Amino acid sequence: MKRSKLIGLLVLVAVVVAAIVVFEPFKKERADKVTLGFVTTLSKGPAIIGKHMQDAVNLALEHIGGKLGGIETEVIFADDEFDPEVGRLRTEELVQQNKADFVAGYIWSNVLLQSRAPVLKAETFLISTNAGPHQLAGEECSPFFFSTSWQNDQTPEAMGEYLNQAGIKRIYVLSPNYPAGKDMAAGVRRTFKGEIVGETFTPWPGHADWSAEFANIRAMDPKPEAVFAFYPGGAGVKFVKQYDQSGLKNDIPLYTVFTTDTTTLEAQGDAALGMKATMFWSPDMDNPTNKKFVSEFEKKYGYTPSSYAAQTYDGIMLIDSAVRAVGGNLSDKDAVRKALEAADFSSVRGPFKFNTNHFPIQNFYLREVVKGDDGKLMTKIVATVIENGEDAYAKDCKM
Amino acid sequence: MTVVLLFEQLLNGLQLGIMLFLMAAGLTLVFGIMNLINLAHGSLYMVGAYLAAAFMQWTGSYIWGVLLALPATMAVGIVTEVVVLRSLYARDHLDQVLATFGLILFFNEAVRLIWGPQPQFIDLPEFLSGQIEIIPGSPYPSFRLGIILVGLATAAFLYVLVTHTRIGMRIRAGASDRVMAGALGIDIRLLFTLVFGLGAVLAGLAGMMAAPIVSVQSGMGEEILILTFVVIVIGGIGSIRGAFLAAILIGVIDTMGRAFLPQLLETFLERGAAHTAGSTIAAMLTYLLMAVVLFFRPQGLFPPRSR
Repeated sequence: MKRSKLIGLLVLVAVVVAAIVVFEPFKKERADKVTLGFVTTLSKGPAIIGKHMQDAVNLALEHIGGKLGGIETEVIFADDEFDPEVGRLRTEELVQQNKADFVAGYIWSNVLLQSRAPVLKAETFLISTNAGPHQLAGEECSPFFFSTSWQNDQTPEAMGEYLNQAGIKRIYVLSPNYPAGKDMAAGVRRTFKGEIVGETFTPWPGHADWSAEFANIRAMDPKPEAVFAFYPGGAGVKFVKQYDQSGLKNDIPLYTVFTTDTTTLEAQGDAALGMKATMFWSPDMDNPTNKKFVSEFEKKYGYTPSSYAAQTYDGIMLIDSAVRAVGGNLSDKDAVRKALEAADFSSVRGPFKFNTNHFPIQNFYLREVVKGDDGKLMTKIVATVIENGEDAYAKDCKM
Repeated sequence: MTVVLLFEQLLNGLQLGIMLFLMAAGLTLVFGIMNLINLAHGSLYMVGAYLAAAFMQWTGSYIWGVLLALPATMAVGIVTEVVVLRSLYARDHLDQVLATFGLILFFNEAVRLIWGPQPQFIDLPEFLSGQIEIIPGSPYPSFRLGIILVGLATAAFLYVLVTHTRIGMRIRAGASDRVMAGALGIDIRLLFTLVFGLGAVLAGLAGMMAAPIVSVQSGMGEEILILTFVVIVIGGIGSIRGAFLAAILIGVIDTMGRAFLPQLLETFLERGAAHTAGSTIAAMLTYLLMAVVLFFRPQGLFPPRSR
């Protein structure tokens, strides 16, 4: 009696296992839910950037009816606390516990570099909507990694190009000492044809006072014709205010990347007025998608979106287009990749195309900080510096 | 390296030192007299900056903003002391560290809830936003000069307050022997509240003066807190004189290191490497100094006389 019961149980188990094995391939045909993990900084100093990105995710979802590719969607926001170790931990949780189908976000290059391994190893698609370290664009590129922003070097490369066009021969470079800071300096060095007369990498994060560096620049003989700087978020507020107060702004014009945008302009105030920066996008860009994005963003949240928001909005739309194209069959990774590569969505920057390393090929513009009609500071595109720019590392990417 | 540049960098160092002193004075008073480790001292710096920004936006004037924010910061400090810290005096230092660390988180989230995550805007009056040529050919930001003057005046005020007034006498008595001072009829509880309020005002003042230079945002207090602890350790815990001298020392060494070390290294290193190594070593200088001081004089350079 006992024995036959055991056999019966074993048979039952065998049948169930067989059923699972047989039906497994059919079950995943159309996922009944898409899980998107979004990692950004929601606490600590630079939380404002994270807020722009989070608001952009929510606006994009609203525009697609809350469903990525028409499928029930769960978005999980994770806070990296501006710390690579925490970022990695949160990312691992998203991949392993929440079984995220897509992981997106990442403001900081050092956080992304630390966090990428668990995502890519699990063959989950990773979409950076800001950080673009050169490693991921070149030799360490991955078939599962995409960017809807830029490779770090590109924006400063455009600035180097602009400085050439403006006839500037001698510049001084100031940048924070972390992966993106190094990439930004490398970018301007690659295209700038004049001489870089000095270069300082300040500690990151936490450098609060540039008075020593400014005094050194002022004392140089002959003086540099321009200063190039990269200080994102709150650091940019301090930097621009101190540059203005030091009186250097009148002597040596300041050219920046990612230092003046709507996350910082209000706090920088008139100190930022007239400053020039290169960027792939500006709120005043004239195309229907961007107009809709900017006006509805302003209406919903009461402030003007920054490039961080724009990239993120594009990132969500990219994922939406891919899920839609594969009809929700997310288990076919090759098909999802092809759909992502096709980038069949309407970008806020106008036409959008991926390079072979999954970074966008795009234009870069010169933006100037001006006073708008309402008296508020805004960025305005004044020239196109680079058309259809590709990053320098794509050739090293073998996928 | 010219004399003018050296002088300008000395001024920069002095200015950083003065800011550190304002922070360190309050911290060292609270630690030396009340025997309380207050990690949330940086939060009062942040609260001062936020209140100054808020009052500035309300009144339209930075000066009024500061004048209104000073008593407001003191009020925040006193409420914190009465509500939270009072029950911690009898506990050991680890409990105090835990509780005041909690306060840091509380204040950081509180300002984010009230003012949002974006950095706050501070507008300087015309006469403070320009530059002054102290030596011809070397314009110096007038606001930073203002910081130096206000800081020196505060140091003088503290000196007079502590050494030449009755309340100062009580503070010193409380620092020397709390129990005996209490037995002689000094209301220690009230004294502690006053000392903490004074510390809060000093930290707040530092925050208000830093506000136009740095970014007024949640968590700004922690940036300066570590260096402040270095200052009071080097200066000798509980000593205002020590805090002053150590703050100036640290300010000047830190600035000089950042200003001249990279060029110095350039004489025997390739330029890129010299700049990277130079700024890295410069960032470590103050901590090296602290290690050396702790090794030879664990009680600090200028410890209070009777402890």
